[in-house]
Amino acid sequence: MLKGRLGGFLFQLIALLFAFGFVSLILISVDASPMDAYKNMFTGSFGSMRKFAEVLVAFVPLLLVTAGLLVTFSSGLWNIGVEGQVVLGAIATTWVFRYFLESGLHPALVITLAILGGMLGGALWASFTGVLKVFGGVNEIFGGLGLNFVSTALTIYLIFGPWKRPGVASMSGTVPFPDEFSLPLLFDLRISLWALGIALIGIVAVYFILQGTYFGLRLKAVGKNFRAAYLLGIPTWQYSMYSFLICGALAGAAGAMQVAAVYHRLIPSISSGYGYLGLMVAMLINYRAVWAVPVALFFAALNIGSIQLPILMKLDSSLSGVLQGALVLFVLLAEGVRQKFVKKA
Amino acid sequence: MTQETILIGLAGVLAAAVPVIFAVMGETLSERAGVINLSMNGTILLSAMGGFAVAYNTDNIVLGFLSGMLIGALVALVVAFASITLKQSQVAVGFVLALTCRDLSYFLGNPYMGVPGPRLQALPIPFLSDIPILGALFFRQDAITYISFAAIFLASIWIFRTRPGLMLQGIGEKPAAAFIRGANVNLMRYVYTVIGGALIGLAGPAYSLAIRAGWMGTISGLDGIGWIALSITIFGGWNPARAAFGAYLFAFLQWLGLVLQPVFTQVPSQVLQVAPFPLMILTLLFVNIGNTEWVERILASMPDNTRKLFSKALRAMRVSPPAALGVPFESE
Amino acid sequence: MNIELKNIHKHFGRTHANKGINLNIPSGTIQGILGENGAGKSTLMKILSGFIQADPGSQIILDGKPVIIHSPADAIRFGVGMLHQDPLDFSPMRVLDNFLLGRSGGLFPNRTTVARDFKLLAEQFDFSLDPDNYVDSLTVGERQQLEIIRLLWLGARILILDEPTTGISASQKAKLFATLKKLAEQSMTIIFVSHKLEDVEHLCSQVVVLRDGELVGATRPPYITSKLVEMMFGKMITLGERQAAQAGDVVLSLNNISLEDVRLKIKNVNLDVRAGEVIGLAGMEGSGQGIFIRACAGLVRPVGGRVQLNGHDLTAKSYHKFKHAGVNFLPASRLEEGLVPGLSLTEHFVLAEEPKGVFIDRAAGQKLAEDRIRSFNIRGMPFSTVESLSGGNQQRAELALLQSPLSLVLLEHPTRGLDIESVIYIWGKLKERCKQGASIIFISSDLDEILQYSDRLLVFFSGNVSQPLDANATSVEELGQLIGGKGWTEMGGEHA
Repeated sequence: MLKGRLGGFLFQLIALLFAFGFVSLILISVDASPMDAYKNMFTGSFGSMRKFAEVLVAFVPLLLVTAGLLVTFSSGLWNIGVEGQVVLGAIATTWVFRYFLESGLHPALVITLAILGGMLGGALWASFTGVLKVFGGVNEIFGGLGLNFVSTALTIYLIFGPWKRPGVASMSGTVPFPDEFSLPLLFDLRISLWALGIALIGIVAVYFILQGTYFGLRLKAVGKNFRAAYLLGIPTWQYSMYSFLICGALAGAAGAMQVAAVYHRLIPSISSGYGYLGLMVAMLINYRAVWAVPVALFFAALNIGSIQLPILMKLDSSLSGVLQGALVLFVLLAEGVRQKFVKKA
Repeated sequence: MTQETILIGLAGVLAAAVPVIFAVMGETLSERAGVINLSMNGTILLSAMGGFAVAYNTDNIVLGFLSGMLIGALVALVVAFASITLKQSQVAVGFVLALTCRDLSYFLGNPYMGVPGPRLQALPIPFLSDIPILGALFFRQDAITYISFAAIFLASIWIFRTRPGLMLQGIGEKPAAAFIRGANVNLMRYVYTVIGGALIGLAGPAYSLAIRAGWMGTISGLDGIGWIALSITIFGGWNPARAAFGAYLFAFLQWLGLVLQPVFTQVPSQVLQVAPFPLMILTLLFVNIGNTEWVERILASMPDNTRKLFSKALRAMRVSPPAALGVPFESE
Repeated sequence: MNIELKNIHKHFGRTHANKGINLNIPSGTIQGILGENGAGKSTLMKILSGFIQADPGSQIILDGKPVIIHSPADAIRFGVGMLHQDPLDFSPMRVLDNFLLGRSGGLFPNRTTVARDFKLLAEQFDFSLDPDNYVDSLTVGERQQLEIIRLLWLGARILILDEPTTGISASQKAKLFATLKKLAEQSMTIIFVSHKLEDVEHLCSQVVVLRDGELVGATRPPYITSKLVEMMFGKMITLGERQAAQAGDVVLSLNNISLEDVRLKIKNVNLDVRAGEVIGLAGMEGSGQGIFIRACAGLVRPVGGRVQLNGHDLTAKSYHKFKHAGVNFLPASRLEEGLVPGLSLTEHFVLAEEPKGVFIDRAAGQKLAEDRIRSFNIRGMPFSTVESLSGGNQQRAELALLQSPLSLVLLEHPTRGLDIESVIYIWGKLKERCKQGASIIFISSDLDEILQYSDRLLVFFSGNVSQPLDANATSVEELGQLIGGKGWTEMGGEHA
């Protein structure tokens, strides 16, 4: 029984219980009621249409990042630099907007260009990690991490330097763009159906690339055995670069959404940590694209739900991160235990 | 700048490098045994917070340091269990722990934000501290800095001179060969990962109880140091002395950045703050580029003399990891 | 030390690897153990050396005392030492550190006394090993010598050697055999595991043969080779008639090729390979044949000279250009370099084909896999992942991946570790390729395979390359001498 799909499900359920148990213990240790915390997080994310729309706002970039990471994971790469690729997507999008703001072009065209610019920016940033890896022998984990910190510094530099608000620069970011340069929002909510659509197209496209194309199969071969893939005639380093570029473009699209549909300007924490969170989602779903949508939605809900915690319970909102981390950790451990069981049986 | 201020500055460099020293020594031991502890960045934050909280509540600085070590050891135990016993990816588990411990430190540290607390005082060593120059550099430090000197020395001796240390090298290099020589490979991997974790856990309080006393949450200036320490471990080629050199070089360059800031006023301070990270990429580039295929190809096309010169230079910089790093071991 | 093995059984899951083996080896014997791959030799040796435990009811009796051996370290305490085929040592560490590791003692080993012991032992057997040298600069033969004196120092009274003559030079082999004989005279017990009849006949004072986990025979000198072979395989084996080469057009032409890697240099090799011809590369491992075959594949760039394929210049072109031009290379390590673990047979066959469009036609892929599995006699399903196949089936899968048409097939140890039937099957398939006009260049450490299947052969000795020799006119003895570095001057040519 432990071998089959049901067994896997059982172990994941146990992992879920452990994760919630662990976080409950932590909450009890700071004299907070776990039930209250979970209830507040639930109502904070699904309690009203407005709140659910916020969840979707977080879901969009998270899903795009996850889609991109599925590509890099397939080719055996740990693209931790995805966080910086989101940031550079946002910076490039902002740059395009600023460039065309006064141009008189139709806003729809400017928005399209800005999003494409964002994707290009993300891809470019990802290519740095790729070049360091392919030609410099620098592990993508370290190259990517370093570039993440650099991208944050670049954002702050732009906000306080060349792109600062007239008068005094501040952490609130650059000057917001006029309303017509925003992706159209649904009713008076903050969610844009366009953004949601782009994210869903992203994950569906990745699913088909990985499942049904020669390109996807070759990527997988490169990821599973780089040397053998090369000897089989696959241009391996090019495929590594392609996967960096695709992931960077999708992460850049996530950054573009943050600018074009949510903040309408560049702010210091424009990526909101969705890059790292996407890595967690990808690990939790064990790199299977079909699970990306529900799990990304769940993680987005945790993020939004925890925003209420400081006000309602005087707890730090980083609780959502602890819970997400505990979930991934226990699922990884449960998978390890399951494999041990299967081997013995 | 007077000689006096330079000396104080350099002594400060030795003290500022202490957290990185402990982290790098711990990681070096762990990786020598074959286990990558990627959780380092989160572990350091959590132990900094935890160490400070304990020292604050008990008013006992030693307990603060010990609890930091305990936290580090516990996190390392999870890494060891997941990778050695369950054979899961060390990178995956380590990365998740890095993020989770970081969030956990912010969550649990919330009540301690900005609270003034105990701080380790300087402990000049009688007589030795009066030696000109050397006294000011080495012997007017605090206790944890002295311990950091000892850690470098002991780690070097242990790995290269002692019998168990030689076996440690063997375990990370070819576990099967260590096994036939009587080593309990997986138990030893647990032991070194946990001891290494405890050392990494010492890095947190070495910061929050000595360098910048207190817990400041996201603005502690500590976030990211674990990643730097990981790359210094590579730069050090898994050799404690070379790794310590890397840590001191890093602290020195940071200090230099501070000193030079008034000179380069047009460079925004944010840029100087992230300078270590491109630097980290560059150093990794230096130590790894000799291993890449295209460099070898270019070398092959050079005339004999130039090639010998270049390959010598590359080989001097190049490092190669323990052969069984990240590879699980089963005796049969 | 006397060894008695009584009723040794070992199951791995459903496989019955040792089926009640009984064996007495008196002190001072050099016991040969013969058997093909999978016969149960290594299981038996692993039991004796403590790597695995036999099933309950099995008994190991040393000098009359029943013992239970829990681990290799335990085994050496009982006096049982094992020399592995690839010596288990630490390449980045010094010889002396390798020597002393594993012996208990104080925290700080006393290197001076250890070095003294080391020197005494090395001198006793006439081994010239520098204790301060690093192990990665030693040859396999020297690493064996290091292991032998290490095991003796630890008090081994029984020495198990697993295929020790693979990859060492003739002079090192002679020295090894002299050492073993000397040890036997000192009433040590030697167990010599091999599939090389010649070595076993030459050295051993008694021989047993294992087949399918059972001990099927024991003999003493004088040995009758045909009898041993029959015991090993349960039948007479004939390798089939040698086929003469057809004289086709020149496929591969090497003109004054020079190659270099960190350790050795090969200078000015000239070779023309004709369609349908098979060239065997002989030599100890690491004598230069590895980089030579990789240069033919485009994986190593020559530092001088020209490479032409079917009249087209391919000098300094990339591996993928070579592949497009019809050169295929099958490396020795199947799961490390040849195949992609985690992918199925179908996925491998699809990968090896030229992509048709963007999307994979699953039905066509399935059919392709079924066809190939049938025509290459692979025991596996289209959805089987390659790591779940046996070694022989992995090798067949690799052959099934060769593109068509093909000009040149390059193979490293095409039949290493395979049973005799797979060997014959695989060479049958390769000869079919020759008939279709392809040429073959292959490396093998099995001299009989080289002489049996190649038309011409090149011998490598520390970077020196012989003139092409006619396989028909070369004997195993001559070949063995050349591999060991003897007889080069008589041949003339460009070598030292």
